[in-house]
Amino acid sequence: MTRQERLHLKNGLLFAAPWIVGFCVFTFAPILASFYYSLCSYNVVREPIWIGLENYRTLLFEDPHFLKTLYNTLYMMVFGVPLSLALAFCLAALLNTDVSFLSFFRTVFYLPSVVPVVAVSILWVWILNPEYGCINALLASLGVHGPGWLTDPRWSKPALILTNLWGVGNIMIIFLAGLQQVPRSLYEAAVVDGANRLQRLWNITLPCVSPVIFFNLIMGVIASFQYFTQVYIMTTGISPEYGGRAGGPEGSTLVYALYLYQNAFQHFKMGYASAMAWILFLLSVAVIYVILKTSGWVHYAEEQ
Amino acid sequence: MLGKKNDCVWIYAALLAGSFLFFMPFWWMLISSLKTNEQIFTVPPDWFPRPIHWQNYLDAVTFIPFVRYLWNTLIISLGNTVGNVLSASLVAYSFSRIPWRGRDVCFYLMLGTMLLPPQVTMIPVFVIFRTMRLIDTFAPLIIPSFLGTPFFIFLLRQLFRGIPEALSEAARIDGCSEWQIYARIIMPLSITGLVTVVVFSFLWSWVDYLNPLIYLQTPEKFTLSLGLQQFQSSHALEWGMLMAAGTLMVLPVVLLFFVAQKAFIRGIITGGLKE
Repeated sequence: MTRQERLHLKNGLLFAAPWIVGFCVFTFAPILASFYYSLCSYNVVREPIWIGLENYRTLLFEDPHFLKTLYNTLYMMVFGVPLSLALAFCLAALLNTDVSFLSFFRTVFYLPSVVPVVAVSILWVWILNPEYGCINALLASLGVHGPGWLTDPRWSKPALILTNLWGVGNIMIIFLAGLQQVPRSLYEAAVVDGANRLQRLWNITLPCVSPVIFFNLIMGVIASFQYFTQVYIMTTGISPEYGGRAGGPEGSTLVYALYLYQNAFQHFKMGYASAMAWILFLLSVAVIYVILKTSGWVHYAEEQ
Repeated sequence: MLGKKNDCVWIYAALLAGSFLFFMPFWWMLISSLKTNEQIFTVPPDWFPRPIHWQNYLDAVTFIPFVRYLWNTLIISLGNTVGNVLSASLVAYSFSRIPWRGRDVCFYLMLGTMLLPPQVTMIPVFVIFRTMRLIDTFAPLIIPSFLGTPFFIFLLRQLFRGIPEALSEAARIDGCSEWQIYARIIMPLSITGLVTVVVFSFLWSWVDYLNPLIYLQTPEKFTLSLGLQQFQSSHALEWGMLMAAGTLMVLPVVLLFFVAQKAFIRGIITGGLKE
């Protein structure tokens, strides 16, 4: 190694030191510890007791909540992610049409996604209030008798998805940036060839933004595995008017991350919660793997 | 998508309908915050508060220890902002401007950690802070930001890479140390990116809920998010006051957005944002 190389190595490590320390202390060591805890019975106060694969066995074969939380999480993912992507794409496509007042509309659609999640959650509990909320009031004025939303096990998950849809502004901005990069010449050529609007959408726009759709899909899937705060605030037994039960009516909103949190920080079953975290990790890797394997529809532009 | 002129009407109609639906929750929060309880619990609801009832705001800041929570949130948010700007810029500098052996391995390792669910590390990190007797202090909410947040490091690295290498080389020949190149050349050229880091680290710690929930216990130390949620759990029917407190919490963020709109858009486009 030359003197120059040694100097670079020294400086490089020095400048990267914050991350190196952070990685070792807050990521690498915790990963090892978490795996160890997952094989233990551990309540923080006493030393962990080795129990082998017992936590995993209990989770997979005995815990009645485990499958329920998986079902709830997958429900939120399977309906929530495509809906938000579709809505965000439609809004972005509308904004990408040379409209006047672009920045006004963009602001209106984006603003909800900067609202603190606690404020969003409390606000939507009130908006979705079956008797006095504004959604059921609007539905009533259309002659529809609105459902009980968060109080009704059949409607609680759709209610949460609806709340999430209000915050699609982030995804919309990413789509808009993607749409703006689609070369105009492609559309002009297609118009000359007599392609109609739908054909242009299907054959030009969607292939061109497919990498963006793919990115947002992966991000959405990751986020829905970790979905916690809203559901915790909106349905976790904090509103006496909802009967004060954790996980919403009939456990219909007990999602995976919520159950994990309850085990870790309310029941102090840290070992059990660690095992849940590892299953969560494996599940998200598996789902992302499947998405990657079936990503033949993603069209990457040739090198420019 | 190159619409014809007669499509315009439909596009504007759709945009206006969408704007109405997206704006409605804000309007609902605002009017609910300006109503008395009798006005709030009416069917069908009144879409305007009449007369305007300001008392909820006064109640919100006196009944809920609003100023206390605001102060706590400010301290934590500022701590995070300083921490992230410092650590992310230093690490990004190392990852982009210093050619050292093993650098790319470290960079990809860091990208990999972004895919790790926080739930995996959450419990051991809690145990670490508990062993250090730092539960119920602001330390667990601030310290990690001084050790680099991968998203910000990634964002600044992309930016630093765009600065011509010749600048660094010339400075090295003139005898500048890496620290001088970082502080006098790279940082001043990256103000826009740094603003994005400032805005998002402030925003994220302002809206964070899970970490305060895990680490803070005494009500005097609560942040706005945690305090407001705790208040709601015990006063679920005080909708007027809750909506007033909510409005007061949303207002700074909305103002921040209008002041730093460009930084927001840049941050979102550079990488997908987490919640």
